[in-house]
Amino acid sequence: MAYLELEELRRAFGPVVALDGINVSMNKGEFLSLLGPSGCGKTTALRLVAGFDRPDSGSIVIDGKDITRMSPNRRDMGMVFQAYSLFPNLTAEQNVEFGLRIRKGKRAARRKRVAELLELVGLGHAGKRYPHQLSGGMQQRVALARALAIEPRVLLLDEPLSALDAKVRVQLREEIRRIQTQLGITTLYVTHDQEEALSVSDHVAVMWSGRIEQKGTPSEMYSAPATPFVAEFIGTMNRLEALVLDGATGEVEHAGTRLTVDAARGRTKGERVLVLVRPELLELEASADGGGENTLTGEVLTHTFLGSVTRLKIVGRETDLIADVPTVRVDSLPIGQRVVAHVPVTGTRLLSLGDEPASGGPVPGDR
Amino acid sequence: MKRRRISPGAFVWLLVAAAFFLIPLIATLLFSLRSIQTNKCCSSAAYSLIVHDHQFWTTIRLSFLLSLETIAISLLLLVPTIYWVHLKLPRLRPVLGFMALVPFVVPPIILVVGLLELYKGAPSWFYAKPYGFLAAAYVILAFPYMYFSLDAGFRSIDLHTLTEASQSLGATWRTTLMRVILPNIRVAALGGSFLTLAIVMGEFTIASLSAFKTFPPYIQVINESQPYEAAALSLLSFLIVWGAMLALLFVGRGRPRPAQVAATR
Repeated sequence: MAYLELEELRRAFGPVVALDGINVSMNKGEFLSLLGPSGCGKTTALRLVAGFDRPDSGSIVIDGKDITRMSPNRRDMGMVFQAYSLFPNLTAEQNVEFGLRIRKGKRAARRKRVAELLELVGLGHAGKRYPHQLSGGMQQRVALARALAIEPRVLLLDEPLSALDAKVRVQLREEIRRIQTQLGITTLYVTHDQEEALSVSDHVAVMWSGRIEQKGTPSEMYSAPATPFVAEFIGTMNRLEALVLDGATGEVEHAGTRLTVDAARGRTKGERVLVLVRPELLELEASADGGGENTLTGEVLTHTFLGSVTRLKIVGRETDLIADVPTVRVDSLPIGQRVVAHVPVTGTRLLSLGDEPASGGPVPGDR
Repeated sequence: MKRRRISPGAFVWLLVAAAFFLIPLIATLLFSLRSIQTNKCCSSAAYSLIVHDHQFWTTIRLSFLLSLETIAISLLLLVPTIYWVHLKLPRLRPVLGFMALVPFVVPPIILVVGLLELYKGAPSWFYAKPYGFLAAAYVILAFPYMYFSLDAGFRSIDLHTLTEASQSLGATWRTTLMRVILPNIRVAALGGSFLTLAIVMGEFTIASLSAFKTFPPYIQVINESQPYEAAALSLLSFLIVWGAMLALLFVGRGRPRPAQVAATR
């Protein structure tokens, strides 16, 4: 049985439906990220779990107990906020101790716990400092220690790293994961940063327009997006609108070019589909002439250096593509070079286009 | 560390400002030190007469206690109200702001006539006593000063996040208000309290028209007949009010004030 369950949770603000009947279940000790763009309803979901807001319908069940109408101070949910939320009038130690004092624990035990937690977040030396004497990253560490101090049933993290600079963000997200694993605490994490979500979570739930589009492990989300939106949101994807020619052989036609992709096997002839190809799966070859089988042609328009790989934008006759090539190879593919891109038979994804007015070409995500 | 030098221009302005405040005080001091018999400097007779006058101590005590009562009532009424309005009913903020301006618009002389009429049927323990009627009137009079000070204090903190953080840690509304919100608006509350103290200690119209013998009507009585004592009284009252303000500051000071959190919502 799931430890935390959100059942048909719905919340509207006037005409705007923030949550449209979402269902989420989490096991004890699981780290789940709610990932989505701004306004998709992820923070609303978190606030409902925390008790800061009430759903219009649906229920929140934790450990078999319905807490939907319970006030936030009785829920035992530790929360780390996006904004710096330390109490400015209290030192780091006193902030961490706050929840323990509310629970009227013994002074010596409180002090011991505070010291342990500050050590855990690497701030054993900064207990006497006030929030304004701490950097943003340190403040969020103290906030994490404060949330953990009450031994919460669920740890809620609402974009806790978004105000921090890139280096601290990476460092702190790893620490959050380390601490979560060490303590085995059930954690619900909200973020719009896919890299953050994919790197620290056991499971990721991608949200869009108040609904959960897909839930899965980070690798499933990346390699097997279930909807066009997830494909678009997670990573960068080349989207090739195509028509199934032969479901037996997996042959499709995209912009007058025949391609064979395993994912099209078993599809109905004439079905409109979207062939999704990750940039790293396209193999590029310099060529003045046209390509052979399963290829698309174009001209290199731009180079974007990403470290070990360089991202190339290729402008084709009908389709623009994005391809990642090892940086050491990029000299052989200069800007203006005619290239052939080999579309792999395996490894591509295929989605029914349905009513979506998709257009061919790449859809760049955040990474 | 390098010491910041005051520029000559700033120094001149400082001198002008100091002169503006100090010259009247020095003139009053010199006048109050004149001998009642010879009209010449220097005698402390005026001060001696004042401090030995029973009325002086009675009226100043009454005014001071009224100040404290007004501050206490204003804080009790306004802190939870403004907190709730900021947190749950932000659309009511302009309404409160407008209401707070009313005491500025209505002169005290009109206010006192209205209040006397309004409270005419009230029990005598309220209507006939300064700690009832006058305190009620002074709470109205101090409303804009206390409201705008507190409003600025509440706006300077991230009220929503602090409240939610406190509640997620198990605190009730009362605990959140007392342990989290109040300490972080202390400076604003002190500012409002200082202004209230100054207003009540110097309020003449309402006290005089409602026939209560507070400190300002006493100064007026002395002023009419004993000019040197009146000057001494003015200086003494000045020092007493400043002393009271320092005492309030000392009481409310507590720990060093850390920086406010920025509102990010």
